[in-house]
Order: sequence, then structure tokens, then C-alpha cells
Amino acid sequence: MKELFAILIGAILVENFVLSKFLGICPFLGVSKKTSTALGMSGAVIFVLVMSQAVTWLANEYLLKPNSLEYLQTITFILVIAALVQFVETVLKKLMPPLYKALGVYLPLITTNCAVLGSALIFVERDYTFVEAVVFGFAAGLGFTLALILFSGIRERLETADIPEAFKGMPITLVAASLVSITFIGFAGLIIG
Amino acid sequence: MSILIPVAVVSGLGLVFGLGLSYASKVFEVKTDERIGAIREMLPGANCGACGYSGCDGLAEAIINEGVHPSRCPVGGIAVVNAIADYLGVDEGSIDVNVARVLCQGNCDNVVFKYNYSGIEDCHAANALAGGMDACSYGCVGLGSCKKVCQFDAIIVENGLARIVPEKCTGCGNCVAECPKSIIKLVPVLSGFTVKCNNHDKGVIARKNCKVGCIACQRCVKVCPSDAITMDNNVAVIDPEKCTNCGQCAEVCPQKCITNTIVKRF
Repeated sequence: MKELFAILIGAILVENFVLSKFLGICPFLGVSKKTSTALGMSGAVIFVLVMSQAVTWLANEYLLKPNSLEYLQTITFILVIAALVQFVETVLKKLMPPLYKALGVYLPLITTNCAVLGSALIFVERDYTFVEAVVFGFAAGLGFTLALILFSGIRERLETADIPEAFKGMPITLVAASLVSITFIGFAGLIIG
Repeated sequence: MSILIPVAVVSGLGLVFGLGLSYASKVFEVKTDERIGAIREMLPGANCGACGYSGCDGLAEAIINEGVHPSRCPVGGIAVVNAIADYLGVDEGSIDVNVARVLCQGNCDNVVFKYNYSGIEDCHAANALAGGMDACSYGCVGLGSCKKVCQFDAIIVENGLARIVPEKCTGCGNCVAECPKSIIKLVPVLSGFTVKCNNHDKGVIARKNCKVGCIACQRCVKVCPSDAITMDNNVAVIDPEKCTNCGQCAEVCPQKCITNTIVKRF
């Protein structure tokens, strides 16, 4: 239990995917304009991360490792994730239309989200067990959510702030992102376990 | 031989996933209304968002599911609306096809300049500097911000004045929202005469700043047989609903700021 808790806190705060590991920056900047869209994207990311962690762990353990094909991890994981997301989308559309509508366009976008692939490659690197890998995926998704919601709150305030003309739009967004990222360095001293 | 194993694994995975997905798409198939696809084909496909939906797909869905009238698409014009209305068997309804018009004729020859602007080519930027370089603070800045947002190449900037090509304009209203001076207006395509000035200054000042500005002399108001022209804060405004396109106002206007731009498009 203790290890799982350490993984959970570690992935949310200490090695936050977006703000410390710089994975999944594209949706971080792309859909953080409003808190509502940020929540939609985050929900989809958590959902896909948990599922993909489980499936990629199985693929790695029972397909790649026995054949000593570890060097094929990247391409296999991408293949697995893409097929999984597509499959989940098809199923959701039929069985759970409200959830499909809520996740909307974000679901297919996540196929190529590097946070998803990144967390799959990280659990291999760290030799996580199945449960650990899934918890890690869930925690990574929570960390992503935290970063997105924090940042969307800032961006909503930036909308009304009096910003110098030259900084309006993307420049001030990037400056703000770097400042938020710096604050997360503060968690680096946190030693868990 | 050992190279065959990874090849078999990856291509095997691909094959399994491909078959699985195509099977899943059959099993979990959701019946979508085929009319949505058909209407989507008829819409212009510019995805400009002028209808208020996320794009042409969104409008096509709304037409079927929410009963939105096809004339919601301002871009396609009468031809598109008729085609969709025929397809659905609904009434064509009244169609307001609008075109955008720049209410200003203050090009470099007509307007007096306050200063020489050499900043970035953007109306908003110039407008931030004491309201632009034109002495008339109401007129076209002429740096083409409207041209940049026009998806239909319908705006030409010549000699410091934006002009809209009525044959290309679809009335989507993107330029209307963009113009920092708010001098682009949507008018019904069939009303030809417009007062091409938006200067609310008193006549003396307006004449000093621009050769073609409305000086609020009210001659057009008096001559109009159908009472379509009113004065709004020192500018004459023609009500397109009442205007009969007789053209008498344009004849009497001393500043020549009422012009005829009838488009024969349909």
C-alpha cells in the first residue's frame, strides 16, 4: 500500500507529467483556455491512461518480454494505444453516448498524446508490477488534471489582465506556463517512502 | 531467421487490431441519419462558423435534429438554401442574404492625415495610436485587418481603404467583428444605396477632415420620397427596408458619399 501511495503522490506532485516532465504540453496549451474544456480533456486523459497502462503492461509482459523484443516497445505501445482508443471510442459511442459526448473530440486527440506513451515507457523503465503501473497511470492523469485546471484558472484571469501589447496571446501564456512549472520544482525535495 | 519474429509480432498485432476494429465498428455501429451527410454535402463546406454552430457538420446535424431552418447558413446563398429546403421538403422561407459594406470612402486622396504611420500592418495597432492616422476618427484605417479575417478573398485594400467585392462576399460577418472602427455593416444584398460614411462629427469638422464625408446637410432626407433616410447623430442612414433604390439621394448628395452598389448575383 505504501509503495502505491508513494507512486500516487510522486506522479501527481513531484514528477508532474506536464510541469516537471514536460509531457503532454500540446493539450496543456491547447485546451487550457477555459476550465470546462480543461476538465473534459483531463477526464479523457485519465480514462485513456488507466486503460492504456493496463493493456500496454500486458503486451509488454506477455508479448515482448518472452521474445526479448523490448526494443519494439515504442512502436508496439503506440499501436496498442491507438487501437485501444479507437476501440473505446467505438464502444462508447454505442453503449455510453453521454460519456462519448462529454469526452467528445478529446478522446481521439489523446491517441498521440505523449503523456500516454511516456507513462507506458516509464513503467517499463521502473519495472512496475501490473497494479503499480495502473496506479501510476491514474496518478499521471490526476497530475495532468491538476496542471490543466491550475493553468486554465490562470489563463481565464489573463483574459482580463492588462497585458503589454507585445505579450498578448501566446507569449504571456508561455511565460505563465514556465512560472507554474518553476513552482512545481519546489516539490522536488519531497521524499516519499 | 530471428528477424522474422519481431516482424511477425508487429504485423500480427496490426492485423489483429485492424480486424478487431473493423469487427467492432460493425458490432457497435451507430445508425446515423443519412440525411445529415447529404445536407453536409450541400452546405458550402467553408466551416466559417457564421451560422453559430461549430462548422458545416454542426449545422447539418442541427438542421436534422433540432429543426433549424437551412437559411441559417448565410454563406451559401439562395441556391444552397433552396437545395436543402427541396431535399427536406420544407418551406424555403424568407431568406435574408446579406453582404458586408464598408461605410467609408476615405482613401488616401480623400482624407487628411494626422501623422505618418509606419508601424505594423494592423488596424488595431494603428487605432491604438490616437485613433489611427486619419484625421477622421471614424473612418477606415486601411491596414487590412478585415482582409486578413476574410475567408473568401472578398476584401481588397486599395489606396488606404478597404473595399468589399460584393460578388465574393458571403455575409459571414467575420470582418464586421474584426473592424476596430466598426464601420463594416451587413446590409441586404438587394438594397443598393448606402451612405458610405460613419462620421459623427459636425459638418464643418467632417468636411475639413475628409472630402467625401457626410456633412449632415439633410438634403437626402428631404428628397427621399419614401422616408427611408434618417439622421443618426450627424450621419444620414438609409433604412434598407424602406429604400426603393430610386437613387434620388445619391444625386443630391453634395459630398458624393451615397453610392449605388447593386449586385446582380442571383
